[in-house]
Amino acid sequence: MRVGGWLRHSGRTGALLLASGLSSPVFAEMQYNFPEPASAGARDIYDIHMLTMRITAVLLLIVYSIICYSLFVHRKSRGAVPDQKFHLGTFGRWAWVMVPVLVLGVDLSIAGSAEKVLHSLWLVPKDQDMLQIKVVGHQWWWEFEYLDQKLTVESRALPPEKAGEHYLRDVDNRLVLPTNTKIRFMHTSADVNHAFWVPELGMKKDAIAGYVTETWAVIDREGVFRGQCAELCGTWHARMPIVVEAVSSERFKTWLGEQQTVAAAAAAEAGADKVWPKEDLIERGRNAYNKSCAACHQLDGKGLPPAFPPIVAGLPFPAAAALTKPLEERGFFKDGKVVLGSVASHLDIIVHGIPGTAMQPWGQLNNLDIAAIATYERNAWGNDSGDVVQPADVEKARAAQATAAAH
Amino acid sequence: MSTAISIDHDDHHHDIPHGWRRWLLSTNHKDIGTLYMIFACIMLFSGGLMAMLVRAELFTPGIQFLQPDLYNNLVTNHALFMVFGAVMPAAAGMANWMIPLMIGAPDMALPRLNNLSFWILVAGGIMLIFSVLVPFVPGGGTPVNTGWTLYPPLSLQVGMSMDLLIFTVHLLGVSSILASINIIVTLFNTRAPGMTLMKMPIFCWAWMVTAFLLILIMPALASGVTMLLFDRHFGTSFFNAAGGGDPVLFQHLFWFFGHPEVYVLLLPSMGIVSHIIPTFSRKPLFGYKSMVGAMVSVGSIGMLVWAHHQYTIGMSLAAVTYFMIGTILISIPIGLMIVNFIATMWRGAMTFETPMLFSIAIILLFTFAGMTGVMLAVIPGDIQYHDTYFVVAHFHYALIPGALFGLYAGVFFWLPKWTGHMYDETLGKIFFWCTMVGFNLTFFPQHFLGLAGMPRRIVDYNLVFTEFNQISSIGAFIFGLSQILLPIIIIKCVRGGAKASAGVWEASDGLEWTLPSPPPFHSFTEPPVVK
Repeated sequence: MRVGGWLRHSGRTGALLLASGLSSPVFAEMQYNFPEPASAGARDIYDIHMLTMRITAVLLLIVYSIICYSLFVHRKSRGAVPDQKFHLGTFGRWAWVMVPVLVLGVDLSIAGSAEKVLHSLWLVPKDQDMLQIKVVGHQWWWEFEYLDQKLTVESRALPPEKAGEHYLRDVDNRLVLPTNTKIRFMHTSADVNHAFWVPELGMKKDAIAGYVTETWAVIDREGVFRGQCAELCGTWHARMPIVVEAVSSERFKTWLGEQQTVAAAAAAEAGADKVWPKEDLIERGRNAYNKSCAACHQLDGKGLPPAFPPIVAGLPFPAAAALTKPLEERGFFKDGKVVLGSVASHLDIIVHGIPGTAMQPWGQLNNLDIAAIATYERNAWGNDSGDVVQPADVEKARAAQATAAAH
Repeated sequence: MSTAISIDHDDHHHDIPHGWRRWLLSTNHKDIGTLYMIFACIMLFSGGLMAMLVRAELFTPGIQFLQPDLYNNLVTNHALFMVFGAVMPAAAGMANWMIPLMIGAPDMALPRLNNLSFWILVAGGIMLIFSVLVPFVPGGGTPVNTGWTLYPPLSLQVGMSMDLLIFTVHLLGVSSILASINIIVTLFNTRAPGMTLMKMPIFCWAWMVTAFLLILIMPALASGVTMLLFDRHFGTSFFNAAGGGDPVLFQHLFWFFGHPEVYVLLLPSMGIVSHIIPTFSRKPLFGYKSMVGAMVSVGSIGMLVWAHHQYTIGMSLAAVTYFMIGTILISIPIGLMIVNFIATMWRGAMTFETPMLFSIAIILLFTFAGMTGVMLAVIPGDIQYHDTYFVVAHFHYALIPGALFGLYAGVFFWLPKWTGHMYDETLGKIFFWCTMVGFNLTFFPQHFLGLAGMPRRIVDYNLVFTEFNQISSIGAFIFGLSQILLPIIIIKCVRGGAKASAGVWEASDGLEWTLPSPPPFHSFTEPPVVK
C-alpha cells in the first residue's frame, strides 16, 4: 500500500483505538470485531463476548482512575507525606478478604452467564434427521463429506489471480449448506492437526487424526461465510480457507441433485475400461496435478527442498536420509538426484503414499485421475519418457497391493 | 535493622580468581548471576531479531522474503529463545545475585551445583542454535515449523532439527531443576538468624514458589518430548493414532508444563515489583502476607487449569466447565496482587525513577492483560478468540510487562548496587518511553486483528488485515530499535558514573542495601541479625 494510503488509514485507526471496540462499527471496510453472526450459537457467543468486554472495560476504568488519581496526588513533588500506618488500617487488615470476595462475585457472574451458552453450544442435539457433514482436514485442503447424501466435496484455495479481493479466502468448491436446518459437523484429520473455523457460524473445532470431534449449527441467513484453518498444520497453513455458502433448503436440494449427477458421470467415465489417448491424459493430468499435487511439488515440478522432492528427473534433492531413503528404495533417487523410476513404483507411491513422510496416500482419487497424473508427471518438464499410463494399469496396481497385503 | 558486617574481608579470605578461570570455574553467586544475565541478553536480542523478521514479513500481504517453513521456524524459535533463553535465565541471574544478599548469606547454598546449572544452560543454548542452523546445511532436513508447542503429528514430520530441539529441552530442563533445587536449599537453610519465613523478602518468596513450580512441571515436558523422540526414531506410537496412540496426550503433557510456565516467567518479576513500589512510594509493602498467599495460590491453582489452552480439542462439557471456572478463579490472587501494589502507592510519596516507571507500567498493562485473560477463559468467547491474534496480543501483554518489564525494572533498580555507579537516568527515561510507545503500538492493534478473524502463525493474510498489521509492524520496529538503548545504558553504567551509596535509593529497605555498592566478593561472611 502507498504511504499516503497508510497515513489516511492510521488517522481512522487513532479514533478507533479510543473507541476500544465498544461502539458500533463505524468503519465497515476495516473490521475490528466479530463479523455479523449467522447462527443462534454465534449470536450467543457474540453477546457473551460483548458482555465480558463491557464488564472488564468498566473494571479497567475504575482501576485506572484510582491509579491515575494516586499518581497525581500522592507524589513527593507535591509535598505528599507517606502514610506509614496505611496498611494497618481497616482496609489494610481486611483487604485480603474484601478483594477476593469482590473478584469472586465478578467471576461468578461472568461464569454463570457463560455456562448457559456453553451448554447449548457443547451438547450436540441427537436428532436423527440432522444434515451430517464429515469434515476431513488434509495438508492443505478440506474434504467435506455429506454423509447421508453420499457426496464428497474437495475444497482447495484458489490462486491469487482467481481469488482477487478474497486472496487466501476463496476456494474452488464451496461447502454449500442449507439455512434453517440443524447441521452436525464431525471433524477429523488425515494427517496433522487442523482446526475448522467459520467465524459467522461461531464454531471452531480441532480436526485431529484418530478423533472425531463434533459441533453443530443452524444457519439463519443466506450468504457466503469465509473462515480458515486455525491450527498450525505445516508449510501452507495460511492457504487452507473454508468458504461456506448458505442457501435456502430448496436451492440446496437442487444443488445436491446436480452434484450427484456430475459425480455419477465422472465415476462412470473413470471406471469405463477405456484406453485414453496420451494427449487427453496429459491435459487431464495437468489439471489434476495442479489441484492435488502442486501445493508441495509445485507447478513447475521442482518441489520445495528439503521438505518436498522435485519430480523433474536430474534435479538434486538435498534432504535428510529419512526422506531420500524411501525414494531410493522405490527407484526414484540416485546419487543425490531425483531419477524416473518404474511405472509400477510410481503408481505405488501415488496410491499408497510414503509412510512416515508428508506424502500421503492418494488412493481416494479415481483410476483415471491417477493414470492422468502419472502420465503427466512422466512427460512434463522435460521428463519426456513417452510413458502412457491407463486407468487399467492403476486398477492392476491397486489389485497387486491388495494381493501382497493378503499374503 | 541492625547488622554487623565486616567489609574489609578481602584481607583474610582467599583471593578473587582472575582470567577465564574466574568465569568458567566460578562458584560465586554474583559472577554466575552476571553470566546468566549476559546469556539472557544475547538470547533476548537474537529472539528479538527473529520477531523483527516476522513483523517485516507480515508488513504487507503476500510472501515477501520468508518461505513459509522458515517463517514458522522463526515464530517457533522466537518463543523458545525468549522463554527459555531470555526471561528464565535473566530471572535466575537476578535470583543468584540478590537472594544471598537479601537473606544475609555468604553465597548460594550449593555453589558448584550453581556453576553446573549455568553451563548446562549454555550447552542447551548452543544446541538450540544448532537446531536453528542445521536446516541450512544440505541434507539437514526441514526446520521446526510447529510453533513452540511442538504438537504431533506435525512435529513427527520435521527433520533432525526437531531432535536437536528435543535434546535442548532436556538440557534446559536439567539446568532449571538444578537451579531450582539450589534456590530452595538456599532459602530454607541459609537465612540470617531471626529471618523467619514470613520475614523473608518478597522476591525470595516469589522465587521459592517459582522454584517449586519448575521442579514439578519440567519433568512433564521432558517426558512429553522424550516420547516424541521415541515416536520419531524407535517405532513407538505414543502420539500416533494409527498405532493406537493419542495426539492429544502430548497437548496435555505440554500444557501441564506450559501453563504453570507462565507463572514461572511472571512471579520473579512480580517479586521485583514488590520491592520497587514500596521503595519509590516511601512506605512499606501493603499486605505482605496476602502477597505471599497470592503467589502460593497462583502457583497452585495455576497447576490445575492447563487445558484452557485446548478448549477446541473436543473435551467433554464437564471437563471444559471445570477448566473454565478454575481459570477464571486465577483472577482472585492476581487481583489481590494488583490491589496490593496500588494500595502501596496510595498515600505514599512517589518519585518516578526508571524502575518505578516500569513498575507502574506493569500494573497498568498487566491488569489489562488480566482482563483479556478473563475474556479468553470464558469458553463461548474463546471459541472465536482461540488461535487468533487476540491470543497473541493477550499473552504478549501478559508476558512482556509481566515478565520482561519486571526484569528491566529489576536491572535499573539494582544496577547501582551491582556496579557501584548510578545509571544515566535521562537515558533510562528515554528508554522507558520509547519502549512503551513501541510495545503498545505493536500489540494493541493485534486484538482487533484477532477479533476480525486473523489466525495466528500464518505467513500470509487476506487484504482486510493489512492496516492493523502495518501499524503493528511499525510499532515492532520502534519497540525493537529502542531496546538497543538497554545495553548502552548498562555498559555506560558499568564503566562509570556517579558513585552509588550502600542504600542507593532514599527509602531502600533490606539487608542487600546494608552492604556497600558494589558488594564485596563474598557477600555476608558473618551473619547479620534480623530482629
